[in-house]
Amino acid sequence: MDKATVKNIANLARIKVPEEKMDSLAGELTNIFDWIEQLNEVDTDDVKPMTSVTQMAAPQRADEINDGGYPDRVLKNAPDPEGNFYTVPKVVE
Amino acid sequence: MSDYTNLTIAQARDGLTKGDFTSVELAKDHLAAMAAGRDLNAFVTETPEIALERAKESDDRRAKGDAKGGMDGIPIALKDLYCTEGVLTTAGSHILDGFTPTYESTVSQNLRDAGAVMLGKTNMDEFAMGSANVTSYYEPVKNPWSLDDGKDRVPGGSSGGSAASVAGHLAMAAAGTDTGGSIRQPASFSGIVGMKPTYGRCSRWGLVAFASSLDQAGPMTKTVRDSAIMLQAMAGYDKKDSTSVAPEICGPLPDFEAAITGDIKGLKIGIPIEYRMEGMPYEIEDLWHKGVDWIRDAGAEPVEVSLPYTKYALPTYYIVAPAEASSNLARYDGVRYGLRVEGGDLNEMYANTRGDGFGEEVQRRVLIGTYVLSAGYYDAYYVKAMKLRTLILQDFQKVFEDVDVLLTPTAPSAAFAIGEKMDDPVAMYLNDVFTVPASLAGLPGISVPSGLSEDGLPLGLQMIAKPFDEETLFRAADVLETAANFSAKPSYLEGDQ
Repeated sequence: MDKATVKNIANLARIKVPEEKMDSLAGELTNIFDWIEQLNEVDTDDVKPMTSVTQMAAPQRADEINDGGYPDRVLKNAPDPEGNFYTVPKVVE
Repeated sequence: MSDYTNLTIAQARDGLTKGDFTSVELAKDHLAAMAAGRDLNAFVTETPEIALERAKESDDRRAKGDAKGGMDGIPIALKDLYCTEGVLTTAGSHILDGFTPTYESTVSQNLRDAGAVMLGKTNMDEFAMGSANVTSYYEPVKNPWSLDDGKDRVPGGSSGGSAASVAGHLAMAAAGTDTGGSIRQPASFSGIVGMKPTYGRCSRWGLVAFASSLDQAGPMTKTVRDSAIMLQAMAGYDKKDSTSVAPEICGPLPDFEAAITGDIKGLKIGIPIEYRMEGMPYEIEDLWHKGVDWIRDAGAEPVEVSLPYTKYALPTYYIVAPAEASSNLARYDGVRYGLRVEGGDLNEMYANTRGDGFGEEVQRRVLIGTYVLSAGYYDAYYVKAMKLRTLILQDFQKVFEDVDVLLTPTAPSAAFAIGEKMDDPVAMYLNDVFTVPASLAGLPGISVPSGLSEDGLPLGLQMIAKPFDEETLFRAADVLETAANFSAKPSYLEGDQ
């Protein structure tokens, strides 16, 4: 895995990685993926990918509101709320 | 210091029932031990006021004849991954700075409803990612077990603070969580019992999520009996967790303690040959042989079995768990809770927050997860891993047609020194080589302290059972515990306490 790939996935993951850490990170991730590559020894052409360890259908419930109505609790941990809103840097000019 | 911190849950339950002591007395002794044990760094947050208040409530209930059961009045610690109403919850991460949930996780609520007394929130690897409790933003935890070489040992991880608090008698028991071994491996390193229930047995609601298809809450205790008593209070169906398994499917919640009969005559115990790893230390293999002899002497029948895909479990896990983590941890963006690091625009604010807020191991795993889920790599990595997961599950299903329980080592080594294996992620990941397969298959497993390494550090043996057969697991583990008769004490408790 080269530096450009690491830069790209760091951007996709929205994590700022300092330039001077890129090389060592690329090396570590390469080692990890080299080790993961052993999975290719196994022929899995006819194997179904697992969706869940529990053999049960996802439970369903009525599509109705069953919670809510307490914005103060929802916003309690927000870093910079205003009124009943979260805030973010300006997105649209 | 009085003797109350030496008690097991079962002993404390009996003493409380007889009126030999009160819950407040138990709480006070443990709070004193917790304060005296701060050097272990087992707790992120201590909650002495809550402990004394709940202990008093427990004593009042008992005085009125309304005592609730085995956990009523028992002082316990909670891993800082359980959201606790009004109490700081960090998951060992900088990015959750100041996060004080306005709700209580189902499992901690269940424990609270059962009368358990919360002493505090325990230190852990950041977002439960680690096997040594060295990735915590709140610094490493010291294992109460050490040697006289001047080096502190890790308690294992990720539930390292929970393990150290129980091993060091700061808490009578602790709640941990296990994704790939995070209860069982630290239990092995710290000389205590650590139990991961079947996936779906305990609700995940209100647990800070790491890998949702693997995460399970479980008890960390001094004995197998305590494990059964504590799981009883933690477990149960919860409609708020869609992966919680309803009684219509898994049957009503059994009486786990009643399953402990001391009798395993006729039980078939599988010994998976693939767990004999190349380069495994002699002392681990030796202990495993002893375990086989013990269960044979107890009247069970050891049977060699094969789980051919075992060697692929760990690399499979390191696709599945990071993939789920990268998705789960997307919520930490500086908008709704925790740390925010400003930036020129929204994307920069996200990246700055996550760059500062996540530690190195968490960043590494989010990046691995992002990569294996990204366009062009999804089939090659993620789908491949999910196919391997099917094969690993089928391995277990086949074997469990013939045997009742499996017996394996818990970890490939005893506790190592803080600072070791830090520069090689894969070497660190290998700590979980024996615990990850059962996690991928959603099976219940337990680590029982079974002996000492040549140096004098604790080693555990693991038992694994069929899904929702925790009863047989506890029954077998109790017999193993009795035979192993592990009575050594950590150096920390032999000091000038």
